[in-house]
Amino acid sequence: MPNTDKNMHTLSVYVANKPGVLARVAQVFSRRGFNIESLVVSPAVDGKFSRMTISCSGDPEGLDQIIKQLLKLIDVLHCIDHTFDSSVVKEMGLIKIAVDSDGRSEALQIAEHFGCKTVDLTPGSMIVQIVGDPAKIDAFEQMIAKYRIIELVRTGKVVMSRGQDVT
Amino acid sequence: MANKAMEGGQALIRCLENEGVEYIFGYSGGAAIPIFDALVTTQTKIKFVLVRHEQGATHMADGYARATGKPAVVLVTSGPGATNTLTGIMTAHMDSVPMIVVTGQSVSWMLGKDAFQEADIFGITMPVVKHSYLVKNANEIPRIVRESFHIATTGRPGPVLIDIPKDISAGPCTADLHAEMDLPGYKTSSPVNNDTILAIAEALSKSRRPLILAGHGAMISGADDVLRALAEKAQIPVTTTLLGKGVFPETHPLALGMLGMHGTAYANKAVCECDLLLNIGSRFDDRIIGKTAMFCKDARIIHIDIDAAEIGKMIRPEIVCVADAKAALNELIKHVPVLETKEWRKHLDGYKAKYPLKFKRQGSLKMQHIIDEFYKLTDGKACVATDVGQHQMWAAQFYKNDSRYNWLSSGGAGTMGFGLPACIGAAFGRPNDIHICFVGDGGFQMTFFELATAALHKLPVKIVVLNNHYLGMVRQWQELFYEDRKSGVDLEGNPDFVKLAEAFGIKGFNLRRPGDVKRIVQAALDYNDGPCLINCEVEKTDNVFPMVPAGAALEDMLVEPPSTKLDKPTGST
Repeated sequence: MPNTDKNMHTLSVYVANKPGVLARVAQVFSRRGFNIESLVVSPAVDGKFSRMTISCSGDPEGLDQIIKQLLKLIDVLHCIDHTFDSSVVKEMGLIKIAVDSDGRSEALQIAEHFGCKTVDLTPGSMIVQIVGDPAKIDAFEQMIAKYRIIELVRTGKVVMSRGQDVT
Repeated sequence: MANKAMEGGQALIRCLENEGVEYIFGYSGGAAIPIFDALVTTQTKIKFVLVRHEQGATHMADGYARATGKPAVVLVTSGPGATNTLTGIMTAHMDSVPMIVVTGQSVSWMLGKDAFQEADIFGITMPVVKHSYLVKNANEIPRIVRESFHIATTGRPGPVLIDIPKDISAGPCTADLHAEMDLPGYKTSSPVNNDTILAIAEALSKSRRPLILAGHGAMISGADDVLRALAEKAQIPVTTTLLGKGVFPETHPLALGMLGMHGTAYANKAVCECDLLLNIGSRFDDRIIGKTAMFCKDARIIHIDIDAAEIGKMIRPEIVCVADAKAALNELIKHVPVLETKEWRKHLDGYKAKYPLKFKRQGSLKMQHIIDEFYKLTDGKACVATDVGQHQMWAAQFYKNDSRYNWLSSGGAGTMGFGLPACIGAAFGRPNDIHICFVGDGGFQMTFFELATAALHKLPVKIVVLNNHYLGMVRQWQELFYEDRKSGVDLEGNPDFVKLAEAFGIKGFNLRRPGDVKRIVQAALDYNDGPCLINCEVEKTDNVFPMVPAGAALEDMLVEPPSTKLDKPTGST
């Protein structure tokens, strides 16, 4: 999914799995006035390392400097800008909507159309789990907004390069 | 080999010995007592210098490192002891100076619980260190110390902080003291790319008005000899940054001195008129480039830097070489032809004749006069530390440096209070050399308590207080850009600095008249019973020229006091 907002960037940062690393990484962004829109951190195959997927917004002119400063951190092994490549980009969302028996079947229809799973159902609400690229989640959010959205949680993007390319 | 019955603090001291540490500058305190105890129980040969304030310890370690090329260690306690090192760490970080700062910390089970003298120094220092550690296990100490020295001294050097909770420094360490490093994410420098070198040589061969800009990176990499050989072979004039002073002999016919805000007119003219700029280890600081869009706008720019993050940060170069300066120049010199630069050099010599650095030896006493006299009477061979402000710029202009490691000045940070402790640190590292500290009355009073350290160790430092009773550089800006509205710059209430020196047991001189300069400077240089201080009552409202107003183009440099009212500068400071 090509990125259309030139101020939005998606980086994958491969780091040592140690205390303080996240603070060091976050500082590189905040010092230069970049906002981290979403951040996913999890251990890599080798548990000594973690992978961070960072979506951030800021002047593209400054992004080059951000990447270089990240690479300077002792605990960062590599940093790859996936903004414009064809990597697999996925996100998960949980959306709790207020719906009773009157609207339920239509809500389920919409959910089914987007390939969602219903993970919780009560007489007055349901939680729908959606997985996909962020635009799909946005679209679903729009469609389901006709019901009252009680809560919404999105994981933020995770990215993986295709084929032999390194993430 | 495992070590039985060794405490963490003892392991730390042994590891510092293994790194060849000669001095530790520091200040004791509760959370660091096990480490201070280890200084005694290990019977180490490392010499501990008790300073009077932790900031002084960091600047001493900084001065020691700049004057010797070797890292020094700072050892302080937790909380306020640790936070007092912050300015010194930031100063070293801005100027790429290797330094190891060991801080004591509250016991680990009290971390984050506001224990007495607990400060999150690991977190507080994060933006101003090259790297840092919070030690969780005494067995990690050998690896962490090794990594710290490796990180601090290689690549682009910088400060490393090691925070050690008291239970760890007092707890058992059974690890092998010669531990392996584990730094999979750390890259020191890239190999020199031969194609890049050939491209640089090719660009140089086409240039008729080439200019070398040499910075601190060239100094740190030890590129001085090959830089000189390169400049002489290809006949390229050389200008240096404030921190590059001495990496190329400033008395050399090809030398143009310092460029930038208060650089020489001929260096700045050369930057404006060159057709090729070869930057070796300078980060294109805002103080040297002036208005970015106008900098070298008609020249091809080549940038050699060990730090990839400096490439394109301020100026976009045409040819980029991410490598160690010395390694790059060793290759480049093989391929560089003799360039036809006679016209260009003659042209620049014309500027040297037209815009010399000058001052009046008559009338009121001038800082420049005193600095120049020290330069002459020491044959330019002293190790000079400066503080920050007008005197720093005049010292840069008039105390010419022909070799590296003899110029200690806080460049990036502009830290007032740096000069005296840095000079003291340098004197510890090189006790047989002459050390001069040029310091203003403002900066001197920020760290003058280290006179005690200088006196106690009878260090050969000449402390030259250039006393204009003002924060002169700010006053200069207020005069030039703010219609002379003086605000927060009048240092009324200065003490009698000679009496102050005498209170510390230090010999003091007063210097008030231009006619006495030579005699008193000579007397200070002849004094050989420890430190001495000269209080120089200089002209109060002298201004430093040339001057490029912050944010202005180099070509808009003022070579003398302006006759018209100036707009407020657009640059940051």
